[in-house]
Amino acid sequence: MTTIQPDLRKKKRFERLTDAQLLTIISGTIFVVMYLIAVLSIEEFKKPQVLFDITNYYSYLIIIACALTIVMVGGGINISVGGVICLTCMVCTMFMKDSGIEDPTLLLWATFGVAIAIGAAFGAFQGALISFLEIQPFIITLGGMFLARGLTTILSGGKNVTLPDDNPFAKWMAELEIKIPELGTQRIRKGKVFINPAVLNWVTIIAIAVVVIIYLVMRFTKFGRNTYAIGGNQQSAQMLGINVKQTRFNTYLLSGVLSGLAGFVFMMFNGAGGKTGIGLRFEMDAIAASIIGGTLLSGGVGNVIGSFFGAMILGTLQKIIWFSGLQEAYWQDMANGVMLGIFIVMQSVVLGVRGKGKISLPFAKGKASLEKG
Amino acid sequence: MPNMENQAVLTMRGICKQFPGTKALNNVDFTLRKGEIHALMGENGAGKSTLIKVLTGVYGKDAGSIWVDGTEGEARIHSPQDAQNIGISTVYQEITLCPNLSVAENMFIGRTKGPFVNWWSRNKRTTEILESLNIPARARQELSQCSLAVQQMVAIARAVDMNCKVLILDEPTSSLDEHEVEMLFGLMRDLRDRGVGIIFVTHFLEQVYAVSDRITVLRNGELVGEWPVAELPQVELVARMMGKDLDDMVDLDAVGEKSVGSDETVYEAVGLSSTECKPFDFQIHKGEVNGFTGLLGSGRSESVRAIFGADRVTGGMVMVKGQHAVINKPYRAMKKGIGYLPEDRKRDGIVADLSVRENIILALQVMKGFFHPMSRDEMEAFADEYIKALQIKTASQETPIGSLSGGNQQKVILARWLLTHPDYLILDEPTRGIDVGTKLEIQRLVLKLAEEGMSVTFISSEIEEMLRTCSRLIVMRDRNIVGELTGDQLTQGQIMRTIAGGEQ
Amino acid sequence: MKKIKNSLGALTMPLVALGVLLLFNLIRCIVTGSWSFYEISIATDEKGSVLTGNLISIIDSASALVILAMGMTLVTAACGGQDISVGAVGAIAGAFFVIMMHPQKEVQMSTLTSVAWPNVILGVVVAIIAAVIFCLFNGVLVAYFKIQPMIATLILFSCGRSIAYYFLYQALGVGSIKLDDPIIFAIGKTIPGVPIPTSIFVVILVGLLMWLIFKRTNLRLYTQAVGINQKAAQLNGINPVMVKLLSFVMLGVCVAVAAIVKSTSLSTLTTKSLMDSFEMDAILAVAIGANNLGGGKFRLGGSILGAYTIQTLTTTLNAMEVSSDSMKFYKAIVIIVIMVAGSPVVRNWIVSLGNKIKMTTRAARVKEVE
Repeated sequence: MTTIQPDLRKKKRFERLTDAQLLTIISGTIFVVMYLIAVLSIEEFKKPQVLFDITNYYSYLIIIACALTIVMVGGGINISVGGVICLTCMVCTMFMKDSGIEDPTLLLWATFGVAIAIGAAFGAFQGALISFLEIQPFIITLGGMFLARGLTTILSGGKNVTLPDDNPFAKWMAELEIKIPELGTQRIRKGKVFINPAVLNWVTIIAIAVVVIIYLVMRFTKFGRNTYAIGGNQQSAQMLGINVKQTRFNTYLLSGVLSGLAGFVFMMFNGAGGKTGIGLRFEMDAIAASIIGGTLLSGGVGNVIGSFFGAMILGTLQKIIWFSGLQEAYWQDMANGVMLGIFIVMQSVVLGVRGKGKISLPFAKGKASLEKG
Repeated sequence: MPNMENQAVLTMRGICKQFPGTKALNNVDFTLRKGEIHALMGENGAGKSTLIKVLTGVYGKDAGSIWVDGTEGEARIHSPQDAQNIGISTVYQEITLCPNLSVAENMFIGRTKGPFVNWWSRNKRTTEILESLNIPARARQELSQCSLAVQQMVAIARAVDMNCKVLILDEPTSSLDEHEVEMLFGLMRDLRDRGVGIIFVTHFLEQVYAVSDRITVLRNGELVGEWPVAELPQVELVARMMGKDLDDMVDLDAVGEKSVGSDETVYEAVGLSSTECKPFDFQIHKGEVNGFTGLLGSGRSESVRAIFGADRVTGGMVMVKGQHAVINKPYRAMKKGIGYLPEDRKRDGIVADLSVRENIILALQVMKGFFHPMSRDEMEAFADEYIKALQIKTASQETPIGSLSGGNQQKVILARWLLTHPDYLILDEPTRGIDVGTKLEIQRLVLKLAEEGMSVTFISSEIEEMLRTCSRLIVMRDRNIVGELTGDQLTQGQIMRTIAGGEQ
Repeated sequence: MKKIKNSLGALTMPLVALGVLLLFNLIRCIVTGSWSFYEISIATDEKGSVLTGNLISIIDSASALVILAMGMTLVTAACGGQDISVGAVGAIAGAFFVIMMHPQKEVQMSTLTSVAWPNVILGVVVAIIAAVIFCLFNGVLVAYFKIQPMIATLILFSCGRSIAYYFLYQALGVGSIKLDDPIIFAIGKTIPGVPIPTSIFVVILVGLLMWLIFKRTNLRLYTQAVGINQKAAQLNGINPVMVKLLSFVMLGVCVAVAAIVKSTSLSTLTTKSLMDSFEMDAILAVAIGANNLGGGKFRLGGSILGAYTIQTLTTTLNAMEVSSDSMKFYKAIVIIVIMVAGSPVVRNWIVSLGNKIKMTTRAARVKEVE
């Protein structure tokens, strides 16, 4: 009798996928396809170690991509993550050198605490201005970026700070590595078999853990769903009784904490200490990863699994370019640009075909009316 | 609801609310009983929405008291949350749910305590509620995949599940078609029988009589009175709302002489189609007022959009004043002397942040071309002329149009098109969401324009309005023209029969 | 009179910000007893006499940013977002400018000398065309594909400088080139015999051109209508796609001119660093100028004042001998203070405070009368 019920039942499985799911699936598929093509065509990619290298090196990117995804889902933007990473590296290095804490375990945790505290402070500061004073997030986080970089220079006097050679964590971190001989390479020399095991660094574990935890938080907690709600429709969210300001504040706080964590991971993995040039353009890489992963800047759509794939796509692309012999830096940038362009246009077209995006292609409508008739 | 006690669930006494410049509410009383549907009526600016916003905590009140059944003493409502907590829920005209969340999430978000949510039990509970209220949606479905009516019903289900005692429905039917409205009324009656007090705000008089038990009328921020539906006939209701005597209301029936027009064809289309509508034939004569009618979604708006070139035109031949014309975008239509007042004023009509002056001259300016801006004096003169002619109530020409009331916004858009002196003016729902007085003014204006030789297409969801103004009605169903009525055929019954058509 | 008052009202924020900065310098001058910040003197050397002083230097160094801010304002208003690739596109335009000026293409050179006027003009024209083409690429993504400007321009942001490097390297075999020529000196610094920096004339020229365009066309009305309500604009015969593309074309011209001004005044062109982080400064200028970054109504004057405010801040910090890297810190603080002061919440609070004061004084007066 009603016209709505049969309509509803008829919808196929494909139609039931939400935009967010579809975009995530696309980015995941493209990552897998891209990697498979690389494995088939480039000799080096046959080693599993290459995959681990990517996750190890880009662990910081995976983490800040999550940070950006949270903020973007809530309808905001945060371009201070690179600056915060830079500041965290500097302060943590200085702290490790000068704190006077002897016990390495204690020192490690204290440093970790410092990193998180810096990130949280920045997140809270920016979040407060953006949500409670309703200032445009782009400008405030731009200010945050300048603030972090300026502070780095002031604290260090413009000099690079390096960790002491007897870095107490070098051994520690080596122990934390996960060696997987089965995936390693074998060399037989003089009748002996040398196994060069594949190495999965601990930073990868942290990055993956962050992805999983943030995914669960965004999917199953009140905070996560509130974030989707305010990104989807802020007025509605307010009417539904969600504390919009508090939720928005929390997204910035969380993204600040994750930036601090990313800074810690970056410093520990690279062991580079503090430099004023660290983290330049990291925010844009993170935004690119989020977008490739299917997060929309307009808010309400996206998830961190997609952003993980986004970061991996960017990382894999760099490796492919590198192994293809195009080793000038500008090729990498250009490849990034082209990749990003393809993804952005593709998303726009895909959403358009589904009749929800902003481009309406003629055949999309025709299909809908056919189904009805 | 036979044996329901006549016990008040909500009592508002002496509510006052002052805005800079106006007294929005002056000593208003309102009583809502358990298990009744109570229509809150009044023209735009009468204070309905202010009263509701005070009740839901969006505005604070300046004076007066509110009691809610089950709450000790006076209810303290300082925010929408407070209102929700004491059992007052509101469903607004614009759906205030989050389209990117699932139905179940929309039902429960913002009401859960603690950081974690058991979505499994939520989904189960949602399914139960949806089934018990007969709402055709699934718990795990994304809300944006549901039709507007279903979204509206989900919003109501949410309110119901929060054990609300008072349910406010603010213009819930304005974007629903007749069938959907019936579904909604079914749900409302069901809830009434369960003892919920419902405040129903609408501009559609018939709907008030179809579903309400009691009517409260406000005018200029003051209470006019409260009546059981049976004791207040429709004409009297309108009189109370407008503050006029019954005698003045004769006007309502005869706005003016209908205009049939001359033989000269101003616009003719053969097989015109767009991405949104099927091919159709249409013509209109000089000085004629015709109308497109049909249920919402029957293709009436889509057809006039095709005439104006607002959607992508896919085929057909168009003659304007006997000459071939290609109209594939609004600019070409405007150049050919066609004007179009869109259905959705907020979305397609006003440019909210621009001033009344800029909104009035916009279309004329565009027609003059990119390289021929009008002088400031010229613009002001035009704006002034039309503000006076249409009696637009605005503080000044430079007031942003967004801050005007709905009726005055509509008049500005009307002025915009009159200023271009079109030969053929399309008015799609010009009277939607505006008060009765302005509705009449617009209807009179349409007839006057036709008398002066303008051809007008007039579309309205209120059939009486169309009967009063149009000399020819084109009836549409499922995106096809199914009939054309003129002269004696122009009766409600005939229209209904044509719309219902061969379905039996 | 009322009109002037209205337009001043909208420009309160940038005017106050600029005023406070100048006041701060005044106080600083009084405290230190040295008036060097406000001194304008004439320096004479073999190339002629030139006006010098901090105020002149503010106006001179802000030129590129002012020009860029004008273009950015238009794009912001029409598209409701910002172009973050302007720095990179500027590098591309600069690269083409230099390539076209270079007399012999085959010779690898790290310094460009002895250019001829026809080549310079060709360079300017080609630079503008190149910048317009790349901006149009952004424009097409934004207008046709309906991608948010920031995302669409992220593409050129990440690879624009590499494209510039690629062209310059292919043509001249270098990634950075010094410009040392009297003609370039005349463009970038001063024309011999004229004591005022040339860039000031360029700004005035671009400003006049903009004013003329706004006077002679409906650009302002169209842009605002599209920025506020695209659907309504479309139904009134405006083509939103064309308006958006037009705003990107104008941005392209601004970017090219800014790149030429910047590279000639620095006497060097490095594709990696020309107009570095200019996109951020330009967006800041638009925001400080009290324009809504979400599009719609705009005030060019606000953005221009915003750009001068940013430069005044930089020059002030320079005069206080703050190092260029730690300058970011103070800059950030000033920006945040400006944005907080201009935020709707704080502004409402100030207005209501003002009303309260008015009310109490009025009440007091009434009492007195009684």
